[in-house]
Amino acid sequence: MLEVSGLTRRFGGLLAVADASLHVPAGSIVALVGPNGAGKTTLFAMISGFVPSDSGKVVFAGEDVTGLGPHVICARGLVRTFQVVQPFGRLSVRENVAVGTHLRVADRREALARATAVAERVGMGHLLDRPAQALTVAGRKRLELARALATEPRLLLLDEVMAGLNPTEMTEMIRIVRGIRDGGVTVFLIEHVMQAVASLAERVHVLNQGRLIAEGAPAEIARMPEVVEAYLGHGVAERMTAQAAGGAR
Amino acid sequence: MNARLVMAAGLAAALAVPYLVRSDFWLGFLITVLLFAVMGMAWNILGGYAGQFSFGHAAFFGTGAYAAAVLHIGFGLNPWLGLAVAALAGGLVALVIGYLSFRYGLRGSYFALITLAFAEVLRILANWAEFTGGGVGLYVPLKVGIANLQFSGKTGYYYVALGFAVLSLAVGWALEHSRLGAQLMAIRENEDAAQALGVDTFACKLKAIALSGALTGIGGGFYTHYYLYIDPGIAYGPGVSVEILLVPIIGGLGTVFGPLLGSAVLHGAGELARRLMGDAPGLNLIFYGVLLIVMVRFMPEGLMGLVWRLRHRWRRVADA
Repeated sequence: MLEVSGLTRRFGGLLAVADASLHVPAGSIVALVGPNGAGKTTLFAMISGFVPSDSGKVVFAGEDVTGLGPHVICARGLVRTFQVVQPFGRLSVRENVAVGTHLRVADRREALARATAVAERVGMGHLLDRPAQALTVAGRKRLELARALATEPRLLLLDEVMAGLNPTEMTEMIRIVRGIRDGGVTVFLIEHVMQAVASLAERVHVLNQGRLIAEGAPAEIARMPEVVEAYLGHGVAERMTAQAAGGAR
Repeated sequence: MNARLVMAAGLAAALAVPYLVRSDFWLGFLITVLLFAVMGMAWNILGGYAGQFSFGHAAFFGTGAYAAAVLHIGFGLNPWLGLAVAALAGGLVALVIGYLSFRYGLRGSYFALITLAFAEVLRILANWAEFTGGGVGLYVPLKVGIANLQFSGKTGYYYVALGFAVLSLAVGWALEHSRLGAQLMAIRENEDAAQALGVDTFACKLKAIALSGALTGIGGGFYTHYYLYIDPGIAYGPGVSVEILLVPIIGGLGTVFGPLLGSAVLHGAGELARRLMGDAPGLNLIFYGVLLIVMVRFMPEGLMGLVWRLRHRWRRVADA
C-alpha cells in the first residue's frame, strides 16, 4: 500500500530524517515509534506532501506521489491527522466532518448526511451541532479522526491519536482504530503509548535521530538492545542484559 | 417558512420604497446603502467566508468603474453591457492579484498590504495614463434613456441598485449552501487542516477573489453611470477600500445579511455624524476609524452576532 524509500530531509544543519525506507502492507496496522524529536512527524509530513523531501521516493498504491501537493495526495486516498489537533474552531462537528466528505461529493446536503454517518461511526453522534472549539481533548482527537475518515481514504496516517486520553478513552480509541482497519483502511500510526502500540500494531518501525534503527513485531521490538538504548540512553541495554544474566546465575 | 415570509415582505417593502419615499435625498441615501451592500458582500466572500482580509478592494472597484467609463465614452459600448464588462474586468484584476499573492503564500497582514499596494499602483497609473483622462478624470455624457442606463430621477437607479443587492444576497446564500462555501470557511478556520482534507486551497482562494472582484467591479461600473464621473482618487483611493471593508465588519463577517445591515448602519450613522458635526473634509474617515475600533473591540461578530444573541435570549424567555 505504501512504499517509502530513501526519504531524507534536512532543516538547516539538522538531519531530521535520513534515508528512511519502509513498507506498509495493505490491510495492516503499522506503527512508527521513537523518542521525542526523532523525526516521526517530519516523516509523516513528507509522506503526505506537507513537507518536501530532499531526496527519496514515496510510492502509494503503486503510484509515485513524491512531490505532489497534500490535497492531491489526499484525493488519491492517503490522509493524515495532526498531532496538535487542528479543528475548524467555529464550525460545528458536522460541518467539520463535511469538509472531508465534500472531497467526494459536491452536493451540500449529501455531504452533510454522510458527515453525520461518519461522526456517528466514531461515537460523536450526540455532538453533531457542537462547535469544534467547545470539545474536550478526547472529542477533538475523535473529530480529527472523523474528518480524515470522511475523505474515504485507503491509507490513514494517525499522528498520536492516543496522546492526552485517559485509559477509558484510550480503550475506546483502540476499538475505533481497529474498526477502521476492519473496514478495509490501512493504518500507519505514530504512537508513544506502548500499550496501544502493542495491542494494535502488527509491525513496528523504530525511528531514532532521523534514522530507522529497527523493525519487527511489538514484542520483539521491546527486547532489541538498540531500541532500549534509543529510549533509555547509551549502555543501558548492556547493563540490563548483565543484570538479567546475574539474576539467572 | 417564517424566514421566507420575512424575506418576501422585505423585498415587497423594498420594491414599494420609491412610491413611499418622495425625497430625492433619501432615495439617494438608499442607493448608496444598496451599492455598498453589494460591494460589502463582495468583500465578505473573500474576507468573511475565506478569511482573506483585503485592504485594496478599490483595485476592483476602480477597474470596474474605468472599464465602464472608457468603453462607453471611447467606444460607445452600451452601459448595460458595460456593467458585464466591468464585472469581467474586476474579476480579471482580482485573479491576477490573487494569483500573485496566493501563489507565494501571502496570508494575513501581508495579503492586506499587498492588496493595498496594488490599489495604490493602479491609482498612480490611472493618474498618469491618457485613456483614463489622467488626474482630470472622465465625464460620461448626459443622455437620458433606459437603454443608456440613465434615468431622469433617482427611482430608476434605485431599482438597478436593488436588483444588484438582491443578486449579491443570492450569491451569499448560494455560497453558504455549496461545497465552495464550506471549503472557504475551512480555509478561514485552518488552512493546513483544510489542505490535509483534500481542499485545493489555492484554487478555492482564487475562485473567492475572482467572484469578489467581479461583484465589486459591477459596483464600480454602476458608480460611473450613476455619478457620470470618475477620477483616480475616487476609483482607486483608500477611502473606498475602507468603506467596503467596514460594511461586512459592522454587519457581521461570513453572514448573508451582514453586509446589507452593515451598509445601512454605516451610512445611517455617517449621515447623522455629518449633520451633527458638519461636512469638513476627511471627517468621514475619522468617523470610520472610530467606528472600526469600537466594532472590533466590542462587537467582533458584528451586528448579525448581536441579532443572533438577542433572538436566542428572546427564545429562551419565550420558552420559560
